[in-house]
Amino acid sequence: MSELPGELLYTRDHEWLRREDDGSVTVGITDHAQSALGDLVYVELPDVGQEVSEAGEMAVVESVKAASDVYAPISGEILAVNEELADDPEKINSDPYGDGWIVRMNPSDSIDEDAMLSPDDYQEFIDGLDD
Amino acid sequence: MGSRTPLFDQHIESNARIVDFGGWDMPLHYGSQKEEHHAVRARAGVFDVSHMTIVDLSGERVRDFLQTLVANDVAKLKDYGKALYTCMLNADGGVIDDLIIYYLSETDYRLIVNAATRDKDLAWIRKQAAPYDVAVNERAELGMVAVQGPKARELAAGCIGAEYRDAALALKPFNGMQAGTLFIARTGYTGEDGWEICMPAEDAPKVWDCLLAVGVVPCGLGARDTLRLEAAMNLYGTDMDETVSPLEAGLSWTIAWEPSSRKFIGRGAIEAQRNAADNQRFVGLLLEDRGVLRNHQKVVVEGIGEGEITSGGFSPTIDRSIGLARLPAGDYDRAKVEVRGKLLNVRVVKTPFVRNGEIQIEPVGEIQ
Repeated sequence: MSELPGELLYTRDHEWLRREDDGSVTVGITDHAQSALGDLVYVELPDVGQEVSEAGEMAVVESVKAASDVYAPISGEILAVNEELADDPEKINSDPYGDGWIVRMNPSDSIDEDAMLSPDDYQEFIDGLDD
Repeated sequence: MGSRTPLFDQHIESNARIVDFGGWDMPLHYGSQKEEHHAVRARAGVFDVSHMTIVDLSGERVRDFLQTLVANDVAKLKDYGKALYTCMLNADGGVIDDLIIYYLSETDYRLIVNAATRDKDLAWIRKQAAPYDVAVNERAELGMVAVQGPKARELAAGCIGAEYRDAALALKPFNGMQAGTLFIARTGYTGEDGWEICMPAEDAPKVWDCLLAVGVVPCGLGARDTLRLEAAMNLYGTDMDETVSPLEAGLSWTIAWEPSSRKFIGRGAIEAQRNAADNQRFVGLLLEDRGVLRNHQKVVVEGIGEGEITSGGFSPTIDRSIGLARLPAGDYDRAKVEVRGKLLNVRVVKTPFVRNGEIQIEPVGEIQ
C-alpha cells in the first residue's frame, strides 16, 4: 500500500504537486505510478524556461517496461528540472515524493484546487483502478 | 482471470506483480525487474515457464514427420536427450513458431513450443502429422521452470533426487535427461548456463520452494525479456512471425539445407531467397545517445533506406539501450532511430550483446 503525503495535491494522470513557500510548485509522479512503471531507466526533461500548458506533455519517464508521458498538472514556466534524474532515474522509484521530484514550475494562474485530487480522493481513485 | 500455472500461489507468496501473458496470469516481477536481471547474470534466478506448451510425439514414423515439419534436421539428434532449436515454417517460408525438440527415442520426441501460439501450433502439428500416424500428445499436466545463471546448476542440484545429481550435473549444453519425475535439460533463454526442468504439476511447488530456499532468486517475465534481448535470442511474435522468413530474422543457422532431398515445409519458398542480395539484415543496435529503443521504432539508414526495431529495450548489464532490428540490405555500421520525432544515433553491432555474464560489445563507448 502506497503512502500518500497529506500536503500534496494529485491528478488522475498520477502526478503530484506541492506548493512551495515562494509560490512555485514542485511536480513529480506518484508512488502508485512509479510502482506500475517498474524500474525507471531514463527521464526526458523539459528545458528550463520552457512554458508548458495544463495537461500538455511535459516530460517522459521510461522504465524497463515502457515509456510514459508526464503531463503538466498546471500551466506555467519551468523554473528548474531535477538534473540528477539523468544519471539516476531510479530516484523516482526510491523516493517519488522527495529526491525523485521532476520539475519546479512557476504557475501562470492561481491553482484550481477543485480540479485536483486530495490525498483521500486520489487514494479512492487508485483503489478503483485495475491494478 | 487467466489460466494459472501450478506455481501461481508461489508467485503471490513472493509478492509478484501479475500480468496477463497470452491468457495466463504470470509474474512480471517480484519487486525489481533490474535486480532479478542482475541476479541471473551474477548468480542464479528461476522463472516459471509452465505456460509453455509441451507436446510429446510418438510413432514409428515420427522422425520422418519431424524432418518434414521443421527447418532444422532432427537427424542431427543421435543421442538420448539431445535438443535442437528450430523453426516450423508455413508453405510460404514464414515462421509459424520457434521450438525446441528433444530426442527421447527412435519413436519418441518432445517439443516445447510457445504459449501464445499453442492453439495454432497444435492444429498445424496435428494436421501435418495425420499422414504419418504419429500420436500428438499435449502434456498440459506438466509444469516447467527455468533455473538460470552461473550458479544455477550447482544450486538446483540440491533440489533434485540425490541419485540423479551427478548425471544431471554432467549434462552437456543442449542435452536433457529424465531424473525421476523431472525432465532436466541444460537449456535456457537468458545467455547464461542453467537448466530447464519439466515436471508433474504437483511437484512444481516443492521444487520452486526448494530453489528459493537455497538462494535462487524468483524472476518474472520482465527480466526474462531483458535477459533474452541481451543474449539476442529471438522472441516469437516480435522478432519474427508468419510473414517473416527465418533468413530475415537472424535464424539462417537453424536451417538445415543438407541433404537437399529433405523437403521440409517452406523449403521451396526460402530456397528462392537463400542467396538473394536484397534480403533484409537482422542486426543488433546499441543506442549511443540517451533514451530507450522500443519495438516498432523506425530506423533510418542514410542513403540506403528504412527498417524497424523488432525488439528494443534497456540493457541492465550494459546500462544502455539496445535493440534487435530488421534493416535494409547493405554494408553500413551506423543508423538513426526515430524516437518521439528526434533522430537518435545507433551503432550496428555484432550480437549477442551479453553472454555468460560478459558484455560482448567492444567498446561500448560513452553516451554522446
